Order: sequence, then C-alpha cells, then structure tokens
Amino acid sequence: MVDFARLWDVLVVGGGNAALSAAITAAQAGASVIIAEHAPKAMRGGNSRHTRNLRALHPKPTDVLTESYLEEEYWDDLLRVTGGRTDEGLARMCIRASEHAPGFLRDCGVVFQPSLSGTLSLSRTNAFFLGGGKALVNALYRTAEKLGITILYDTEVQHIAIEDGFAREAIVSWRGFPERIRCKAIIASAGGFQANREWLREYWGDAADNFQIRGTPYAQGRVLKDMLANGVQEVGDATQFHAVANDARAPMEDGGLAMRLDCVPFSIVVNKDVERFYDEGEDVWPKRYAIWGRLIAQQRDQRAFAITDSQALHNYLPSVFPPMKADSIGELAGLLGLDAAKLEGVVAEYNAAVQPGTFHGNKLDDCRTEGLAIPKSHWARRIDQPPFYGHPLAPGITFTFLGVKVNERARVMMADGKPSGNIFASGEIMAGNILGQGYLAGFGMTIGTVFGRIAGEEASKLVRN
Amino acid sequence: MSETEATIEVRRQMEICNACRYCEGYCAVFPAMTLRREFTTGDLTHLANLCHSCKGCYHACQYAPPHPFGINVPETFATIRAESYAEYAWPAPMGRVFERNGTLVTLAAFLSVTLVLLLTMALQDPAILYTAQTGTGAFFRVIPYWLMVGLASLSFGYALFAMGMGAVRYWRGTAPGAGQKPITVAPVAEAALDILTLRNLGGGGHGCNDLDDSFAQTRRWFHHAMFYGFMLCFAATTTGAFYHHFMGWKSPHAFLSLPVQLGSWGGALLCLGTAGLLWVKTVTDPGPVAKRLLGGEYAMLALLFLIGATGLLLLVIRHTGAMGVMLAIHLGLVLAFFLVMPYSKMVHGVYRGLALLRNAQEKRA
Repeated sequence: MVDFARLWDVLVVGGGNAALSAAITAAQAGASVIIAEHAPKAMRGGNSRHTRNLRALHPKPTDVLTESYLEEEYWDDLLRVTGGRTDEGLARMCIRASEHAPGFLRDCGVVFQPSLSGTLSLSRTNAFFLGGGKALVNALYRTAEKLGITILYDTEVQHIAIEDGFAREAIVSWRGFPERIRCKAIIASAGGFQANREWLREYWGDAADNFQIRGTPYAQGRVLKDMLANGVQEVGDATQFHAVANDARAPMEDGGLAMRLDCVPFSIVVNKDVERFYDEGEDVWPKRYAIWGRLIAQQRDQRAFAITDSQALHNYLPSVFPPMKADSIGELAGLLGLDAAKLEGVVAEYNAAVQPGTFHGNKLDDCRTEGLAIPKSHWARRIDQPPFYGHPLAPGITFTFLGVKVNERARVMMADGKPSGNIFASGEIMAGNILGQGYLAGFGMTIGTVFGRIAGEEASKLVRN
Repeated sequence: MSETEATIEVRRQMEICNACRYCEGYCAVFPAMTLRREFTTGDLTHLANLCHSCKGCYHACQYAPPHPFGINVPETFATIRAESYAEYAWPAPMGRVFERNGTLVTLAAFLSVTLVLLLTMALQDPAILYTAQTGTGAFFRVIPYWLMVGLASLSFGYALFAMGMGAVRYWRGTAPGAGQKPITVAPVAEAALDILTLRNLGGGGHGCNDLDDSFAQTRRWFHHAMFYGFMLCFAATTTGAFYHHFMGWKSPHAFLSLPVQLGSWGGALLCLGTAGLLWVKTVTDPGPVAKRLLGGEYAMLALLFLIGATGLLLLVIRHTGAMGVMLAIHLGLVLAFFLVMPYSKMVHGVYRGLALLRNAQEKRA
C-alpha cells in the first residue's frame, strides 16, 4: 500500500526513459523517490517503449558504435535538421554529455547490440538497445525497484500546486482515486501532448483527425498544460512536431516504429491530386525521413502514396501491411484510388527525366532527374519494372515540440525569468528547448537520458540541503 | 506443413516482426526471418523449430499483449512446433496422440511399469522379487536377460526408426522452394555446436527471460544438466552392454566401475535438470507460454525425473530385498520412455537440430 501521508524527497512525473533516468539518479544520490506513471504496468514507459537507439558522441570506436562521432559533426547534424532553431548552449551541453549516456544506461542493466541489418545505416552515430526500447524500459524499472523507488502505475498527475515558482504537492488520480503526493522536489518527465487530438486541433484543425499517433496514447500533455497555466515559461513552436511517413493503414495510436515506411527515397511520392510535392531523394533516409510526416500533413486529407516497382522492392524494409501490387501503373492507380491517366503521366514524365547513373542504396548517389519542376536528386531510377507497388502514407506523429523552458541544470524557468525553486524537467516535455523543428534519429532518448540524469542529480542535491 | 489457424496467426506475427526487427540481436530466428519476405508454412515450421522459447522477444516486444497487435512469438511458435510434431509423426495416424500428450505419456508410464512387474512375476518365481539378490547376474535373476534386451532393443529400435522417418519428412517439408543444397561439414559442425552449447538460450551472453523480464541462464543450465545427464545414462547403458558382451563382466558392477559411475552422475544430473525445468515452468511468467502444451511437457519431464530417481534408488538398495521391485519399476519407466519417444516432447531435439542445421546452411548460402 502506498503511504500518501508521507513527504517524499522527489516526485518524478512520467515513466519513460527520461523519468527513470532522473528517478534512478536521484535515488542513487540518496533521495526517497516516487514515480507517478500514467500507463498501466504492461504499457509503461511512454514513447521510450517504441524507441530503438540513442545518439551518442564518441571519440573512438566502442563495442557498439563504429568509428568516431565528435561534437562538431553532431552539432552540424542537429543544425541541419533544426534549421538553426535550437539553443546552442543547451544543445552543445547535451551533445557533450551524450558520451556518457550509454554507460549510464548499461550500468542500469540496459544491453546494447551492434547494428545488424544495416538498413538504417546508423551504426556509427547511434547505439542500439538489444530488443529495443521496451527491453530498455524493463531494465530501468528493474533498477528502480532495486533502488527502492516507489512506482505508481495507472497514476495520472493532474495538477502541480506551484506558489512563487515552488511546487509543494501534486494532485493525482491513482487508479481512479484522487490522492495527493507531497514532495520536496518535482521532476516533470511526462512527455508532450501528441496524443491529445483536441489540443492538436487548435493548431491543425480537422487535419489533426488524420494524424496517426505513433507512440503512447498516454501523452495527453496534461502536466505540460497545467505547468504552462501556472507560471512556467513556454518554449518551442506549438505547431511543430516530429512526424514521419507512416503506413496509412496503421492504428491511430500506439502503432510504434514498425508502422513507418522507409520506401520514400526509392520511390516517387504523390498526393491525392496525383502531384509530386517534394524531392524524395534529397538526403539519406535517417537525416531526412523526419520531414516527410510534416510534408504529408500538409497534403489534402493528409494522404500521400509512394510508388515503386519490383526493382526497388528490396531496397527498403518490408512493411507490416503489404503494399498494393499491380502489373501496370494504371491498375495500381485504381487500387490506390487515384486518377489512372494522371498517375501514368506523372510516372512517364519522371521516367523521361531520369539520368543515367550508378545506384548506391546506402549513400548519396548520382542517380537523379533533370528538368522536373520538383527534382529527385538521388536514387532516381526509372519506375518501369512490373509488378508495381503502392504504399499509402499518412503522417505519424512521434512527439510535439511545445514544452517548458529549462536551464542547463534542467531547472524549469518561470515566466518571470527566474528558475523555479524545486521543479525540474527532462525528456519530451523540454525537448523543444533544443529541437525547434526537425528531428535527428535517436536524439530524443539522448535528451531524455542526459537531462534526466541532471534533473535527478540537481533534485537530490536540493533536497539534501 | 498444412495451413492451420496457428500458421495463419504466426504468419501475421512474422510480417509485423519483419517490419520491426527490434529483436534481430536476440537469437537465430530473427536473422533467419529477415532472409524472407513471404512466409510459406515450411518457412514458419522451420522458424518455429529454430525457436528455443527463451522468451526474450516477448518481454522486449512493444506489440506484446495487451497491445492490439498481440504479438506473442514464443507462444505461437510453440503451437506451430506441436503441430509440426503431429504432422511429421510416423506412422502418420500417430500424430493425433500429440493432442493429449500428457495423458499418453502418463498412461504409457503406468502401463509399462505394470506390464514389466506382471511379466516378472509371471516368468519368475514371485519370491525372487522380494528376496535380496547379490553377486554376478543378480538383475537377470529378477528379469531374464533375454526379456530385458529384447524389450529394450525392440522399443528403442522402433523409436529410432520412427524418429528417423519423422526427421526425413520434416526436412523435406521445410525445404525452401529453391530445393536442397548438399550438406557440408561446416554447417553440421555449427549446428552440433549450437546443440551442445544451447547458444540460442544464452541471449547473446546476458541470458534469457526464464522467469520474467530479468535475464538469466537458469533454464539453459537445467536443460544442459538434463541433456548431459541423459547422455551419461545412455553411455552407462552402452558401457554395461559392452562389458557384458565383450568383456564377460556381468552386472551389477562395483560402485566405482565405469558404468555405475556414468549412471550415477548421469542420473543425478538428469534429476537435477528435469526438476529444475519443472520448477521454471511452474514459476515463469505465463504470458509467453502455450498452456495447452504444458501437460505433455510436464509428463515427459516427470518421466525422465522418475527414470533418473529410480535408477539412483536402485543403486542405493541393490543389495536389499527391495531391489527386484525397484528394478522392474525402473525398467518399466525406461520401456515407457522408449515407446513414447517418437510421440512426445522428445522429438523437439530432432527437429530443432535439423532447424539449426538448416539455419547454418542458409547463413552460408
């Protein structure tokens, strides 16, 4: 039975990687820690359950990372995806600290694996969790239990009572019962608001109804909204989110990573009006795939279609839902519900524009088009080898970027510009400080681990004083 | 193999797994899966028999129940494995006994113990069963040599033949469409090493999810104890037969003799391994377990345990009047084991061995 009369040193709100990194660090420093996780035990871990790797700086090869990946390159990668919309101080601090993130997780029982299939071409920059994010989450929870951390499942934090930038208690719904948790410090790691369709609708209107929420349905943004309404400073663009091209047949929530389609660079993509709308071959998949969710979100009915042929089929991962398959482009158009003559025209125009080149599936090659209004810069090969394949695409949202402002000590900043007395944040709820737009594969887990550890350290330091 | 509800279900699951691939580092199943885009029933049977039920993929799965995708590879693979045991059983009608396997194994054990006891009493002076027998040939005064050897070689010979036929049918049934490649030394050596070390139950060194989401080597060690214990017992019998035929040394042998030593250590390991595996089965997370198959598994483990235990007891009491009954019970259990071998969990060794061989071949293709 939980003792709700007790005064805890640290209350951690949320139950994903960022929350657990914070809780474990605080408990290791001697603080009494309680975790309030909204999900039931079987679905615990927030979006971390669906993750697979984290991006880590390393000056030399390690057992799970090849070659080296240094601060400047890491920073350049971040700069490119965010288009400069980032806090350089926080970003560089996070990048430097990422070197020690895999070691911390390993000490918590997380097992890493060498990247095997190579389809993601990330083995140099990203360390992969053996078994994926749920295995990581399991390991972190086991470590938390061993440290004597109290874990409440089915527990949603509904309100944090803040006075003069100081939090005294949280009102929670514990298995449906209203309770209070009193604490000396709070670490907010409750994720974004991507699963709150009503909130998304404020910025995206009816389009929000067609967004697939890739991750946990528990990311309702309740804690974020509550904190912003109670004097915490806001950061990030409310309309920005990390979204990828998902299979249009994926579940609306919790479909996870396997719903993503990585066929885009090897296909041409058209919208419902049978028009191409972006250069499919702009860059290698890990760097550019994050832009496609947003691009599709801007199309009519939030739908697009990737068209490939039998030549391209084995260049990308198989999909959960089988692609539409036809012997002619016209027939394929029919299966996809597109105008057949128009699709034949688009494919013919594209085929005519393809220049001779040498195809390399894993790096920028010289296969490109010439003369198209929207070019395909790489991996452009004629789509002329039946059977032809069509993948219907929809935007799949991973997380939103609106968050609470923090300083480099993970302390939440109040609207008046002063740091909060005892509120810290880690994970998606503050990722918007660093990610103004775009996304870098594995960076969410990096931010979560790095800021989680800092928040845990700072909170325990504070309560010991 | 024929299309069933289970194969349709496992194909659905494999198509999700093949798009996800988070488990690629766990065991041989997932890299073998990635070699395929479409899954024939033969492919699914092969993958199912390659699975060692370590449950790592279940506990790591973002799509495990209660997620709507309901991915539970260890459970569905276990079901497919059982179906493949039935499908490839020889003679074919015997496949049906896999449906009520626990009952079959238990009945066989009771009936053959009873049979051996009755035969002994009918053929010999019943008093022999209760009086201490010592010295050379003591066992054969209880059960005549010809009966012991006759029953054992007939039943064991039949088991080997039936399992061999099953093996051939399995190998053909899981052959990839492209046909068969000749078997070479390297894949055979790799498969043998896999079998002897149970590498796929090691989770790449950190262990498997034996009890829950924590990693352990418990099941692997117990299985090893059972496997090597069984092999030592087999070696004990073979050595005893060799002594009898070629050296003229008749049992019972001295405690420090080779057959008795092999048998004692083997029996002890067999008991330890089977008891351990029974314990793991009762306390493990039931999520990834195919409950329908547990009866047959419990029965076979219990039978092996009893064979080991009665063998050890026989050694302890062989100079007393209880030896006769104990010998009859022990041999009755061994007879039952030989009889049910081709129609029980024991066939998993054959099919898993072949799956490991096919996997080793595929990796070299």
